[in-house]
Amino acid sequence: MQNSNDHIVRSFDKELRTIHEIIIRMGGMAENQLAEAVDALVQRDSAKAEMVRAEDAKIDALEEELEAAVVQLIALRQPVANDLRAVISALKISSDLERIGDYAKNIAKRSIAINQMPPQKSVTSIMRMSRLVQEIVKDTLDAFSHSDKDRAIDVWHRDEEVDEMYTSLFRELLTYMMEDPRNIGACTHMLFIAKNIERMGDHATNIAETIYYLSTGHKLEGKRPKGDRTPFQILSAEEDNGEVEI
Amino acid sequence: MDMQNFKTREKAAMAEPKIIARDVNVYYGQSQALKSIELDIAANEVTALIGPSGCGKSTFLRCINRMNDVIESCRVEGRITLEGIDIYNSGLDPVLLRARVGMVFQKPNPFPKSIYDNIAYGPRLHGIASGKDELEATVESSLRRAGLWEEVKDRLDSPGTGLSGGQQQRLCIARAIAVNPEVILMDEPCSALDPIATAKIEELIDELRENFTIVIVTHSMQQAARVSQKTAFFHLGELVEVGETDKLFTSPEDQRTQGYITGRFG
Amino acid sequence: MELNPPLEIDKALLKKRNAAETRFKLYGLAAVLTAVLVLGLLLTSIVSKGYTAFEQTYILLDVRLDQATIDPKGTGRQEDLAAASYRGILRDALKEQFPEAESRNEKRSLYGLVGSAAEYDLRNAVLENPKLVGTTATIAVKASDDVDSYIKGFIPRDVPQSDRKIKDQELGWLDTLEADDRVIKKFNIDFFTHADSREPEEAGILGAVIGSLYTLAITLALCFPIGVLTAIYLEEFAPRNRWTDIIEVNINNLAAVPSIVFGLLGLAIFLNFFGLPRSAPLVGGMVLALMTLPTIIIASRAALKAVPPSIREAALGMGASRMQTVFHHVFPLAMPGILTGTILGMAQALGETAPLLMIGMVAFIADIPGSINDAATVLPVQIFLWADSPERGFVEKTSAAIMVLLAFLVVMNAIAVLLRKRFERRW
Repeated sequence: MQNSNDHIVRSFDKELRTIHEIIIRMGGMAENQLAEAVDALVQRDSAKAEMVRAEDAKIDALEEELEAAVVQLIALRQPVANDLRAVISALKISSDLERIGDYAKNIAKRSIAINQMPPQKSVTSIMRMSRLVQEIVKDTLDAFSHSDKDRAIDVWHRDEEVDEMYTSLFRELLTYMMEDPRNIGACTHMLFIAKNIERMGDHATNIAETIYYLSTGHKLEGKRPKGDRTPFQILSAEEDNGEVEI
Repeated sequence: MDMQNFKTREKAAMAEPKIIARDVNVYYGQSQALKSIELDIAANEVTALIGPSGCGKSTFLRCINRMNDVIESCRVEGRITLEGIDIYNSGLDPVLLRARVGMVFQKPNPFPKSIYDNIAYGPRLHGIASGKDELEATVESSLRRAGLWEEVKDRLDSPGTGLSGGQQQRLCIARAIAVNPEVILMDEPCSALDPIATAKIEELIDELRENFTIVIVTHSMQQAARVSQKTAFFHLGELVEVGETDKLFTSPEDQRTQGYITGRFG
Repeated sequence: MELNPPLEIDKALLKKRNAAETRFKLYGLAAVLTAVLVLGLLLTSIVSKGYTAFEQTYILLDVRLDQATIDPKGTGRQEDLAAASYRGILRDALKEQFPEAESRNEKRSLYGLVGSAAEYDLRNAVLENPKLVGTTATIAVKASDDVDSYIKGFIPRDVPQSDRKIKDQELGWLDTLEADDRVIKKFNIDFFTHADSREPEEAGILGAVIGSLYTLAITLALCFPIGVLTAIYLEEFAPRNRWTDIIEVNINNLAAVPSIVFGLLGLAIFLNFFGLPRSAPLVGGMVLALMTLPTIIIASRAALKAVPPSIREAALGMGASRMQTVFHHVFPLAMPGILTGTILGMAQALGETAPLLMIGMVAFIADIPGSINDAATVLPVQIFLWADSPERGFVEKTSAAIMVLLAFLVVMNAIAVLLRKRFERRW
């Protein structure tokens, strides 16, 4: 007796599994890239940073591989319903993961530049933020591999924390820059790194939404949680303590 | 979606359903072929009935024009109404019903007569066209609507069985529309045709939708997805799910529907 | 997974399989050849025995046709001419030809050279040409069946006289006649224009042919409409239940009932109960109709069944009623099959003997039947009767009649094939 979750055409299942595995591998790599990039920053290890930059090509290659597999599957199998959602979702998730990889690469690049400068105090905050995002990415991937919509919703809500962290880091960095204009160069890099990590969180949120659609067939309803208030912040020069007005 | 389609749909959504089936049970002798079917079929839409073999979709189709009457052991319970008229219990003669509800079969089955006589048979039978000129006009317009006129206008006297499979099926469609029915039932009309002929029939179905209500049974889910606006999934004599075709093929509600349309059982 | 067997095993098996196939083909060929051979033998034997029956031996005699003996009053009217005693004239002519025959026995064998109905040949010649009266004319008269057999070579000369139908003296006369070129052979038109007779040289098959035609006409008129309508009802309209099943089984069984049983039925019901005339084509036709009915019903049902159901669906789907469906579409399409079945049934009826024996169609009928109520016989019964007759002359008649019967059967089958071909083209 055949498992009711399997297709009658077994090679169809095999192809779907291949796509699934590529996503898991890409996810694992993206998560690892983030960890390594932040490590390179924290440990001021330029060699590691170079390695991260080189590794990104592999994620890109995987994305291309996945794209080809999806196109082939759509052309040959004409998937419908959950199969169709699976392949379309895979395509979307892979581009999100590829972006995450790109951000990690960017962090690595910036860490090489920062390594030329004196150590920064905000590195620990960056580390905390990256841990959180790493966790989110990991949970997202778990949710994906189990098609777990509850965990996906959970992840979706946690992006708010990242945004909040980013807002406070933004403020922190502003303070440093105001304290000593010589910090501006390094702090700008740090700011970009923080922004990159925050964007990674956003992509993880995208993936969570995709997972929800994949497993239910419906769009995730409700307003997207937003903790990033920096776009509305203005730097008030009048206040010497660097208080930021919201 | 162009404006025309949109309007037709809008109209259909507002109007009463053309055909309403309520608690329809069909038995072949002791075995039950359909279990309490409840289905609304909207006017000027294509409704596709899909499902594995023996699921009852063809049986349901044949209930709509009472073709099951021919089968002795077949017993139909429940109500099926065509524009509010109960087709089983209101003393409506099946012959008249079939003039209003035409049918196209799986195998192209033109009569072994000339193309002209094939089309003219229905109008003659029901006394629709009076006089030779009117009959000729009916034949021409039916063939035109079926997109066959250009191909056969020079050989209306040659036998209909001499046409290719796809042409024969379009001839059968032309024959069905010659009596100007309201509903056209199609029982796997493309299963014996090659992809090009199939595409032509599908295009024709889409054109005919403007003037007719079409119910099509098909084994090809792609075909159902391509031609229909509503899809109903039958399984083991039950109507499992019915809904907008685009919705049913992207995110079906029922696990069985999903399993069937994705090729996991059937 | 190893799917392909090693090649060597394959080869041995293949060889065996091919050999078996070749053997099977040879068996088939042998069977067909045997059948053809047997058929050929049968036909050859019938034709070789029978073709001589289409010729008849005549003897040319110089006959003195005196006005005084034939038409003493000199009226020249046909009735008067016909009333004359031509037998005497014929005997005189024979005596004149061979004056040496003097004793009673000798004279009897002399007169026996010509057929017992030879005087009618003479009369007909006179009636045809009354101017012959008063002259001495050379008239061809039929030889007797024994002479005919001898001339055709069926009676050998070299057996002792006691074993021979033609004695030495008659042989001498015949030799003389032959030497004078007075023995001729003509196409035996009487075979096709006469009814049965006790005398082989006079016997013909027209009576039997007409009898057969009347009988078949009755059969066809009865069993075609009944059979076809029954088939249509059973196939297209009857509900499928126990009763129709019983009827169907019975029809199939009837087709297998020995034909003589139908004869008994005809005897008991048509003759004894209804009191219909004995030996008549009417009753024969009715009996044969009973016998042929199951064949026609079965053939018609098969033909109706062979019409694809899609045609019925098409017609019903167009809103035709059941009857319109049948008569507009199904029946016309089944027609060639029905006609073929009918013709084959008729051919079967044409060749049937046994049931007709029971209703008295085996009688000796010397007249050509004029209506369906006249006593008549049919071709196969005629063959049976002749085959039973002791005279040497009937042997060739039997074979000739078989040839005629076969010709009818071939023609009927040819018509069946033709009909099927012609109608199937429209299919």
